[in-house]
Amino acid sequence: MLTLRRGQVGAGAIALLVVGVGLSFTNLVLGAVLMVAALTVAGLGLSYVGRRFRSWGYLERVEDLLVRRGVMFERLSVVPYGRMQTVEVTAGPLERSLGLATVQLHTASAASDARIPGLDRSAAADLRDRLVGRGEATAEGL
Amino acid sequence: MVQAGRRLVPLAVVLAVPFLSRGSSGRYQSLVDAGLVGLAVVVGAAEWIVTRWRVQAGVLRLETGLLRRRTTQLPLSRVQSIDLVRPGTARVLGLAEIRVRSGGSREGDVRLAYLAAERAEHLRDGLLNLVRGTGPAPSGAESHLARVSTGRLLACTPLRGAILWPTLAALAVLVWGRQLSLGGGGVAVATTILVVVGTGVARIVSSQFGFEVAHTRDGLLIRGGAVGTFTETLALHRVQALRMVEPLLWRPFGWAKLVADVAGGQRRGDEDRAASGRIRTLVPVAPRAEVLRVAESIVGPAARAAGTPPPSRARLKAPISYPLLRAGLPGDYAMSAVGRFRRLTTIVPLSKVQSVRWVQGPVQRRLGLATVHLDAAGGRRTGAALRDRSSDEARELLQRLPGLCAAARQSAPDVLAPVP
Repeated sequence: MLTLRRGQVGAGAIALLVVGVGLSFTNLVLGAVLMVAALTVAGLGLSYVGRRFRSWGYLERVEDLLVRRGVMFERLSVVPYGRMQTVEVTAGPLERSLGLATVQLHTASAASDARIPGLDRSAAADLRDRLVGRGEATAEGL
Repeated sequence: MVQAGRRLVPLAVVLAVPFLSRGSSGRYQSLVDAGLVGLAVVVGAAEWIVTRWRVQAGVLRLETGLLRRRTTQLPLSRVQSIDLVRPGTARVLGLAEIRVRSGGSREGDVRLAYLAAERAEHLRDGLLNLVRGTGPAPSGAESHLARVSTGRLLACTPLRGAILWPTLAALAVLVWGRQLSLGGGGVAVATTILVVVGTGVARIVSSQFGFEVAHTRDGLLIRGGAVGTFTETLALHRVQALRMVEPLLWRPFGWAKLVADVAGGQRRGDEDRAASGRIRTLVPVAPRAEVLRVAESIVGPAARAAGTPPPSRARLKAPISYPLLRAGLPGDYAMSAVGRFRRLTTIVPLSKVQSVRWVQGPVQRRLGLATVHLDAAGGRRTGAALRDRSSDEARELLQRLPGLCAAARQSAPDVLAPVP
């Protein structure tokens, strides 16, 4: 439940709904119960998605970037610009169709967790350019 | 100083010796053997003829390849370490290989294989001097730190979890297999497990045999090996994190292992396997006091910092690991101890911290706890984890640490601790 994704919630709700509609031809009560359950699951899922969406945030400070995320597990990362190795902008098919992109910072540590999804593509490009500029100004060796 | 040469001993000789020494049976077998040896000699000779290396204007250059010419250029300023490796066969023939490691991927490494052992040692010292940019090191500037005795090595190896539990399981099957009517399959599986485990023990013992650590002006000098031997130099400023591991079954004897995470070059987040190759064992097994002495030579007094335990309410969230949890910020370092059964103590220089992460799970939120991670260059688990601190302390750490790390980066000298 903790890491339930939007897709799984949606699929579960739809499955319940389909079974509910099917059953309503033979057993009206059970069908109705299932349909109510499906709507509840969908509602909960949507509210969880909403909270997940609102949990994402980032803040450009003078020397480092702050990235916040997570509903159940709240996380806050601080990545100094000087530690950036690469900045990556990606856009999957879904993101592309919505005009969105994801900016991800890589440091020399695989554990660093600085991913900012769902930015406007132009905003993502601007952010990348700003980050790269700050990284160059403060670059440090390992 | 310009070092140049083609005086590498053909690899073919090293490759061919095992074939020659193998007893062959039957006429065809010996013909095949002769053919293989001949092929190896031809390929090796060709390789030898087309391989040249030189050091010029601060760049080590290696040209090789008969059909596909390949030139590797490694600026000496980017050299991370220069190791001397002597596999078993090469050792019999009095040869050695020099491995010059760069910060980046394995492909960036330059291997000079094989040189006469004495010449290899000279060349290694010469290269080290070039890298350091000074004259030769004064002789005798080597202070002994730790040594792994054969007895302890043999005693501790079976006490590793990965060795002990499979062995016990296999023995149990062999002893009680008949009563449990497991049949021949059980015995076969048990025997296979025993053989595999035995090979593992032999490999561990032979690679860590005669392991020795000393402090020199170039950093830590690590020597060891039973059949093949190696000599490695680890510059102290390359250490990203130090880890002291105390497995459950070693703790009654007060033994510990010391491992250093060593900088690789640029690495993407998903390349954990490359990261795991960038780990150096500094002490395979030694009494805690000796391990602490080695750690002290790298990070100074921070090695002995005990840290403070998390608030007692953390017991509810981490009942098993609570007694081992410690964290602290001794000087310019961060230390953390974690573990349920085996204790893992990590020390990270603040100047090497890549990013700071604050994490709070649902149980932690209830209890007013949070975990602060200090990520060092390397894999997902490289770095210190200040687990289950009180929310207030975690918030304060999160506010102070970025500034402390920045200050440490600016003031960090090339070498972290002076030669004692």
